[in-house]
Amino acid sequence: MRALDWITQVLEVVAALAAAPVFLGWLNQCRAWLQNRRAPSLWLPYRSLHKLFHKEAVIADNASSLFRIAPYVVFGAMVLAAGIIPSMGTRLPLVVAADAIALVGLFAAARVFMSLAAMDVGTAFGTLGARREMMVGFLAEPALLMVIFVASLISSSTALPAITENLASGRIGLSPGLAFSAVAFVLVLLAENARIPVDNPATHLELTMIHEAMVLEYSARHLALMEWAAQLKLFNYVCIGFALFLPWGVARAHIGPVGLLVAIPALAVKLAAAGAGLALIETVSAKMRVMRIPEFLATAFLFAVLGLLVHVLLGA
Amino acid sequence: MITISPTLLTGCVALLCGWVVVGLAGLLRPGSLRFAGRTLFPLGALLGLALALLAGASLLGGGTERLILPVGLPDLPMHLRLDPLSSLFLLLLGASSFGISVFAGGYFRQGEGALPGLLCLQYHLFLASMGAVLLADDAYGFLVAWEVMALSSYFLVTTQHRIPEIRRAGFLYLLMAHVGAICLLLCFGVLQGGSWLFTFDAMRAAHLSPGWAAAAFLLALLGFGAKAGLVPVHVWLPEAHPAAPSPVSALMSGVMLKTAVYGMLRVGLDLLGRPVWWWGLAPLILGLLTIFYGVLFAAVQTDMKRLLAYSSIENIGIVFTGIGLTIVFEGSGLETVAALALLATLYHCLNHSFMKSLLFLGTGSVLHATGERNLGRLGGLIHRMPWVAWLTLIGTLAIAGLPPLNGFVSEWLLLQSFLFADHLPHAFVNLLIPMGMALVVLGAALAGYVMVKFYGVIFLGQPREASLAHAHDCGWLERIGLLWLALGCVALGLFPLQVIRALGAVTGQLIGAAVPQASSHWWLLAPVPGRPVSYGPLVFLTATLAVVFLTVLAVRLTYHQRVRRAPAWDCAFGGLTPRMQDTAEGFGQPIRHLFQSFFEIERELPAPADRTPRYRIAIRERIWRLAYEPLSNAVERLANAAARVQQGRISVYLLYGFVTLIVLLAVALMS
Repeated sequence: MRALDWITQVLEVVAALAAAPVFLGWLNQCRAWLQNRRAPSLWLPYRSLHKLFHKEAVIADNASSLFRIAPYVVFGAMVLAAGIIPSMGTRLPLVVAADAIALVGLFAAARVFMSLAAMDVGTAFGTLGARREMMVGFLAEPALLMVIFVASLISSSTALPAITENLASGRIGLSPGLAFSAVAFVLVLLAENARIPVDNPATHLELTMIHEAMVLEYSARHLALMEWAAQLKLFNYVCIGFALFLPWGVARAHIGPVGLLVAIPALAVKLAAAGAGLALIETVSAKMRVMRIPEFLATAFLFAVLGLLVHVLLGA
Repeated sequence: MITISPTLLTGCVALLCGWVVVGLAGLLRPGSLRFAGRTLFPLGALLGLALALLAGASLLGGGTERLILPVGLPDLPMHLRLDPLSSLFLLLLGASSFGISVFAGGYFRQGEGALPGLLCLQYHLFLASMGAVLLADDAYGFLVAWEVMALSSYFLVTTQHRIPEIRRAGFLYLLMAHVGAICLLLCFGVLQGGSWLFTFDAMRAAHLSPGWAAAAFLLALLGFGAKAGLVPVHVWLPEAHPAAPSPVSALMSGVMLKTAVYGMLRVGLDLLGRPVWWWGLAPLILGLLTIFYGVLFAAVQTDMKRLLAYSSIENIGIVFTGIGLTIVFEGSGLETVAALALLATLYHCLNHSFMKSLLFLGTGSVLHATGERNLGRLGGLIHRMPWVAWLTLIGTLAIAGLPPLNGFVSEWLLLQSFLFADHLPHAFVNLLIPMGMALVVLGAALAGYVMVKFYGVIFLGQPREASLAHAHDCGWLERIGLLWLALGCVALGLFPLQVIRALGAVTGQLIGAAVPQASSHWWLLAPVPGRPVSYGPLVFLTATLAVVFLTVLAVRLTYHQRVRRAPAWDCAFGGLTPRMQDTAEGFGQPIRHLFQSFFEIERELPAPADRTPRYRIAIRERIWRLAYEPLSNAVERLANAAARVQQGRISVYLLYGFVTLIVLLAVALMS
């Protein structure tokens, strides 16, 4: 079984690395279809990453080494996160290192490094992006934690695989507490991954941009790592959503090698559906003003706290 | 009576006396900066290290030692006691003060207010009195040490006594310290329970009625809360911390606030015996309020030391939240969970001591190199002061609660103990717990915001003033001090299991239960038996580093590593200036905007056509206008009314004396 666990672990990380750009490509494709545009290729994110890695890196004159380290740290954090989230199997050797709280901490660390790097060059755009990103973060991060706490209380554990095991065992349907949390989670997912209505990934308009403002000074391989990390982050968030709310098909501890064979197509189907769903949300909603974002996230936070209260009150 | 044997307690007392001697030695050559800085402060630092070692040995041994010294008033000898709780806080005092004292040796400059020799005396008296507070085993000795601590730190705060604001800050500090001390005096008065014996042993044995016990607890909360900076008696803290020289701020924030936490634990969990569960609600609610209040005000500060002072308030809030939870759990009969909450509390004390000292010392170096405390005039110092910048980065990430550093561990433990609250037998508390959890995580996330602002505005970006080009890195003594504290942050973050094992003696002493270990691996923190919950910071760090290393390798091998330097992109308009970066006000603007109603904002905005635009914003705490100003006015009116009796004529005073005598005689005759 040990060997199988490690195989699952490696497979998960590799799959995340490989699937994250395609997932973004699929999301963009769905969005283009819904908006009656001709869709770009599914493989476009790959091609742009490849192109960026080939280019010569241009770094601003007064950038410090923090600026050059940050892309690697952010990327490393996202890869580690992909290894912790049970997207295919629940018996992951790496998982002892970090439970769900540490996972949120890992996302926070990536965010802080990214914001610091954005402030490093000292342009107006960088600091603006960093400030807005931290503004999104300080509400989204607690909301995500509260979402996780509901699931933790239900499963008596903060370890993600244990939560998934428990929720997948079918004893529990979507409890009322979890239903509130699911709404909160979707809002957090949109905000944290710079999607519409919080941020528009396709614009460089200074009035609205958050993520793009932060990476504006990056080029070539550093930019490629930042972009890849952002794609991984989206992938990871979607997988957290699966682990908490749609834990079906994940290879559970007692099933063995056959489980993995089911888990891979199951993940692919879920990802395809999630991409289409996200594209739909993005198509029917409009980008909101920056100062309205805290209201949006406060709603998410409130929903998450409500979920927790409902869970405690009903004792479910 | 006195029995000198080579015990750990005698060693600790000897080291405290050593601190006093080192301080007095400063008076030999009071004007010599070299003597104080290069000889006495490092000597004091070594004494601190020795104290940390002794206290650590005592903590691991887990025993209790007593000593009675025939000093002080006749028939009132000084009782001393070294048990696991005091060992832990002595360890904290010794270990943090080592780093701070080494740093202080290189920090003080000529012409900064008080003479170096005098400063050395005050500084070491301050250290020794904090040690004495931790060792005292009777109320008398405790309060004397407590007062010496308050007075010596008052003189340290007012080192630059020629500046009126600093004198004012010092006065406020002294005032609040004494309001707190009066509460403690009353608290000990209640605790002796009619036996009129003021040793702590007598207090442990005293049987108090539930009402008196609750009164003693609340008095202790007010008294120690005033020292620790608990809202609403926190107002001295953001004034006194920035006024003091940086090593003193570090000592006050890193260590002195923890003596108040020590006192709270000593009274609440030791002297009072088994607490009633609802007592815990007071520290819990006040603690949660303090977290939120502190971090909001930290986010809008523009003075770097004031920002850190508010951040200290926030961290004290976390500690008191932990104390509250401990009491609620213990009073409800959940010993194991109470032990977990207490563990989080103690761990956070240790963490905060290291990281806040590190940050305060970092600001001290910046202040010396630039002469600026205002964030709006700093920037880009990572190029000029790499040592300070990179070491401060560790403290910044730690206090922002990011894994795998130490701030995360205590927050993790606190959240785990919150998650156990679903077993509480009180419905009201069960509803309060999720709200509390929400506030704790919101506070933690806001702390991240504050720390990005703190670090980004000081060290990153472009220098906002031309004078910053001459900033220099700190000297080697200062580097050692910073390095020691940064290593402490890393070690506390990476080896939580070992720390928790050492803390087991303290939870055993106070709760009667230790947190069992569910894991057999030395690198894995899994404190909750029966629940598959674990956190392994070493694996965490190794995995991240491995991924980073592999990525670097892969990128270099597959592609290339060419880098070209170019000016920052200026949208092709030209003329990027450092003024275009966010200032501290700018970075805090979202928070100011969102939580407007919490602040009292005074703003001066320029008109659009103004040729010489001036933008000014001042933020005050509403609590001044709502509570403190009415209170101080009332006190003044009362004093004026009382002053009517005071005529200044000797005949009137003689009359007072005569009337008093007559009344007393009448009373004596009646009875």
